[in-house]
Amino acid sequence: MSEQLKVPTMAEMMAEGKQPEILFWVGSAGSYDDRAKKITKAFVKILNKANVNFAVLGTEESNTGDVAKRAGNEFLFQMQAVMNIEVLNAYEVKRIVTCDPHSYNCIKNEYPSLGGNYEVIHHTQYLQELISTGRLTLEGNTYKGKRITFHDPCYLGRGNGVYDAPRNVLKKTNASLIEMKRHKGTALCCGAGGAQMFKDAEPGNKEINVLRTEDALETQPEIIATGCPYCNTMMTDGVKFKEKENDIKVLDIAELIANA
Amino acid sequence: MEYLPNIIFAILLIAGIGYFANNVKKLIRNIKLGHKVDASDHKPERWKNVVNIALGQSKLVKRPVSGFLHAIVYVGFIIINIEVLEIIIDGLFGTHRIGQQVLPSALYGFLIGAFEILAVLVLVCVTVFWLRRNVIKIKRFLSSEMKGWPKSDGNIILYFEVVLMCLFLVMNATDTVFQTAGSGNVISQFIAPWFSGFDVETLHTIERVAWWLHIVGILVFLNYLYFSKHLHILLAFPNVYYGKVVPKGKFNNLDAVTAEVKLMMDPDADPYAAPPETGEDDVPAKFGASDVMDLSQVQLLNAYTCTECGRCTSECPANLTGKKLSPRKIMMDTRDRLEEVGKNIDANNGEFKDDGKQLLGDYITNEELWACTTCNACVEACPVSIDPLSIIIEMRRYLVMEQSAAPMELNNMMTNIENNGAPWPYNQMDRLNWKDEA
Repeated sequence: MSEQLKVPTMAEMMAEGKQPEILFWVGSAGSYDDRAKKITKAFVKILNKANVNFAVLGTEESNTGDVAKRAGNEFLFQMQAVMNIEVLNAYEVKRIVTCDPHSYNCIKNEYPSLGGNYEVIHHTQYLQELISTGRLTLEGNTYKGKRITFHDPCYLGRGNGVYDAPRNVLKKTNASLIEMKRHKGTALCCGAGGAQMFKDAEPGNKEINVLRTEDALETQPEIIATGCPYCNTMMTDGVKFKEKENDIKVLDIAELIANA
Repeated sequence: MEYLPNIIFAILLIAGIGYFANNVKKLIRNIKLGHKVDASDHKPERWKNVVNIALGQSKLVKRPVSGFLHAIVYVGFIIINIEVLEIIIDGLFGTHRIGQQVLPSALYGFLIGAFEILAVLVLVCVTVFWLRRNVIKIKRFLSSEMKGWPKSDGNIILYFEVVLMCLFLVMNATDTVFQTAGSGNVISQFIAPWFSGFDVETLHTIERVAWWLHIVGILVFLNYLYFSKHLHILLAFPNVYYGKVVPKGKFNNLDAVTAEVKLMMDPDADPYAAPPETGEDDVPAKFGASDVMDLSQVQLLNAYTCTECGRCTSECPANLTGKKLSPRKIMMDTRDRLEEVGKNIDANNGEFKDDGKQLLGDYITNEELWACTTCNACVEACPVSIDPLSIIIEMRRYLVMEQSAAPMELNNMMTNIENNGAPWPYNQMDRLNWKDEA
């Protein structure tokens, strides 16, 4: 990623009297987590390449409150939501894209009754849109014939019924898409949801991410594709646990498309 | 004395249905212990769900073997029960096979023939079900919550069905008039020879005994429902109607919290002002749920509807990796506690007396609640739209907001969000730093 990324903020846009076509909600993981930041940058690279007029909130963005809500802290969630909604509404944001299915679900479904009404889409849906409208073309054949298996994020798939967009985008790379036994509605969670990402697992006989990685390994993939920064971490750890990190890459769909 | 059988029949019928109605009243009263839910939205979708998921069993057949077997028993159960209509009319009015007299003989023969074939199919399926539960040792029937009564309950239901189907076939096989007519005895004609050694009088007695045991069995089974997991044959329909019609990922926002947050965020609010007078119903006794009365009526209906099939648990990532959480147990615990509360109310003249117990701790432990990844696999798997996840979240809310009893790491995470708007201890002002990092 040698070229300089163009990442305008809403504040800068407003100062110039401009309104972006879409707001990119980066999310906490995408902003701070080292692995997730690579996904953020890959997605911005695509946005730049497709000449998308977008902006981020930057330092005005705060945690969605999603993880606090799943942990049971409704107060903290609503405080965060109301603060974010105030900022989003002040900038008259209409359309939001995010690489994080948890932010996606939270803003799309749980912000409206608190006064935040936006069209919210997941980045895989946006990539599908960019490709189908011809704004983004994939010339390279980096992934042609590569065995790729896609791990459905719970809050994208079961949570919101989005199963096709990530698969359609992956197919555009001419990769050979192989489904795990448990996929779509019956996909197994990576183990990070419900605030598990931030705590040790309860006592058991296995880590969930290891079980899910075993599902993925059954398909003998070269790449495990993800659509969620938390899933990415969990699957990456799972692959390391299985000592397969030299053979199998865990990549977000944004990273795959950015390099396609 | 000639009307004695009619009178006995009427008494049995009234007692059987009356006792059942009484238990249904209790069931409704217990469900109403939960708080009300507005389900006036999405009406077309709710009815569509009833047709597809409840009547059409669309989710059940996602597991083809058990789904197919269940479909046969379900269709058999409903259709064979048409026969009960005839039995009731015969019993009350002293007629014999009223259908044979009023319906065209071809139609009657077709109906009874269909019932007989279904009866045999049900017998086959029920046998396979029994084998699955007791011999093949399918994992989801072996979980710890299935020990004891739940296991016996499952088998008792199967025995009931075997006995009822056998009685129906024997009743037909020993009915000499029906056999002589030779229409509709597609199965029973092969059973009739087993009784060929008996004289007409004995055959008649056997037929009568089978007939009486059949209807008594049905009434007993009807009343067994309330004490069993088998209530789903009735409650699946309302339960699916009231099931979740918004995206599964969407959790409800607590209105009571919204009111407080609005007050906190309002710069003009007077922090010392007395709280506005509102209806008492508006103020929740507590945030989240520690007992069944804190749950919603839909969640309590969910608990009564659960038939302990365990598809939820068999898809639960926490359970699959050996954690204590089992979504099925969450539902069973909720139902058992609700029944306990109901009995408490019965014993105390309609008032609940504090028994020093609650759902949280006495039934469901913190460890189970904190093992959930909120992945919705259990909700997706349930063939009758039960939502165990919503109960888990409601109880987490109680733990966090009423007891500050979240695991320490989660408290750290939440403190970070409060202080710097991220689950990690990073400065909010660094939120865009990724832009310039190599």
